[in-house]
Amino acid sequence: MTEQPLLEARDVTKYFGNVIALHGISTAVRAGEVTCVLGDNGAGKSTLIKTLSGVHRPDKGEYLVDGEPARFASPRDALDRGIATVYQDLAMIPLMSVWRNFFLGSEPTRGWGPFRRFDVVAAKQTCRESLLAMGIDIRDPDQPVGTLSGGERQSVAIARAVHFGARVLILDEPTSALGVKQAGMVLRYIVQARDRGLGVVFITHNPHHAYPVGDRFLVLNRGRSLGDFGKGEISREELTRMMAGGAELEQLSHELERGADSEVAAVGRDLGDTAQQLGSGSVPMD
Amino acid sequence: MTTAAPAADERVAPIGLLRRLLIRPELGAVVGAIAVFGFFASQSSVFRSIDGIANWLDPASTLGIMAVAIALLMIGGEFDLSAGVLTGTSGLALAMLTSEYGWNVWPAMLIGLALALTIGLFNGVMVVRTRLPSFIITLGSFLMLQGINLGVTKAVTGSVQISGIAEAPGYELARTIFASTVPFLGVQFRVAIFWWLAVTAVATWMLLRTRAGNWIFAVGGNEAAARSVGVPTARTKIALFMTTAFAAWLVGTILALRLTSVQANTGIGQEFIYIIAAVIGGCLLTGGYGSAIGAAIGAVIFGMADKGIVFAGWDSDWFKFFLGVMLVLATLTNHLVRRYAEEKRA
Repeated sequence: MTEQPLLEARDVTKYFGNVIALHGISTAVRAGEVTCVLGDNGAGKSTLIKTLSGVHRPDKGEYLVDGEPARFASPRDALDRGIATVYQDLAMIPLMSVWRNFFLGSEPTRGWGPFRRFDVVAAKQTCRESLLAMGIDIRDPDQPVGTLSGGERQSVAIARAVHFGARVLILDEPTSALGVKQAGMVLRYIVQARDRGLGVVFITHNPHHAYPVGDRFLVLNRGRSLGDFGKGEISREELTRMMAGGAELEQLSHELERGADSEVAAVGRDLGDTAQQLGSGSVPMD
Repeated sequence: MTTAAPAADERVAPIGLLRRLLIRPELGAVVGAIAVFGFFASQSSVFRSIDGIANWLDPASTLGIMAVAIALLMIGGEFDLSAGVLTGTSGLALAMLTSEYGWNVWPAMLIGLALALTIGLFNGVMVVRTRLPSFIITLGSFLMLQGINLGVTKAVTGSVQISGIAEAPGYELARTIFASTVPFLGVQFRVAIFWWLAVTAVATWMLLRTRAGNWIFAVGGNEAAARSVGVPTARTKIALFMTTAFAAWLVGTILALRLTSVQANTGIGQEFIYIIAAVIGGCLLTGGYGSAIGAAIGAVIFGMADKGIVFAGWDSDWFKFFLGVMLVLATLTNHLVRRYAEEKRA
């Protein structure tokens, strides 16, 4: 933990007009570690990653890259410093083949002048090799990305970022739209990227996905940090409870039970049960 | 299918040659072209002769140059409704400078090119900056150009037609390059046909084998995703509008030099024909998918229908009806085949 972080946020605050989107957030991302950012909808996860990936600039606080203050003008600047962001819905172009997507924006070329051309043979070859190196098993690189499953798509996007020399990988809810198996597959590639020495920022609202792979956990709620924990400092149950707002759910169930309508009361009891299950971590993934 | 991927193999049934052909975007156009050729060839012996082929390839060529450019633009996710009337603007500029102001043909052509590229740049920048649908922006350009063509022509010449390009210096060389005929297999083929083949070849190569081609598919398929991986989306789109404008200049110049006179209403109504040829050739209206060769074949279907109806001795009033039927059938074939092919693959 004494190693210098690749990315570090110190008391980062971000306003949109009079809305405080982030308030005093601090965390760090180190090489070979996974930092998980957890939070419910509207917690400020998106604003935080957009700040880390160069879309927004913090209004207060410091954002350090390799220990030096960084002010990115655009995501391209961040990318040039090796900070790659994989957005859930922006990752791929469905009608284009896997290898065309893989090299999109960074196509290898050969030839000169007006005869400079996309080196198709090398592109297909390299695409297949670097997918295999990540253990990603794509049926046929010629198939359109639209025919891949959601998990495969995320995997290809991750492999692409790794191939193009990313040192830090920011993953925006890569598992949220996926089934249990598919999510497991993506988690495996997150671990792969970590083992290759990348720093990974993994944004999710599912503590069951975060806990097995994470080294640090930053929990956000309504733009504020509920804490930034090392793996040893928090248990899965505590994380789940904090994440799901267990206390809020319990209070909600009491309020509903007090209602006169018996149907509402039943709903309230159900919610109470759910809160307890969430607390004990027995709700199935997803 | 290298040795490195043994685990992947059991999920991939070998894709047969037939299916590989079926998933090409050009398929609908090829099937349509064969059907239309077979139909008219059985009706008229002139149609299937080499003379007849030279005859119906001529309208296919000028239309095809435009259809290929429009196909690139549509793959890039945009429309250009001003392309047809821009062929008129380019031709009128050439005709006016040569016959009214006594210019040499070559500088007049250059001015026409500069004018066309400026209009393409205007269309592109407006679409990229305002983020309004290109349908609206270029519909505006279409109407403005239509007005300018008529207004300026009338103001300068007092009529709705400019003639006399043939008397201008430099005309003979320009005519040889852009509007002559080339003997081939004992028949005179219009040189425009070779321009069309060259444009199709260059467009196909660019689309499938260059970075720019990858970017064109990407900006049409998902512009936000393309931008996020560093594709210069604005530059790509503006370049596509300027490519269309270049094609319009080329076609306008070819027609002006061939006819040696230009009507003020040249090109009006053609813009949808270009789009129809591109769609028959496999372009999706939503962008991100299509083919330059397909658009060229779509233009062949038009050429065959245009002349075939005459060869078969029918009333040419039926041409438009025929086009409508072709459009629906080709698009339906494309749609069904693509769905079939993708189901089988997935």
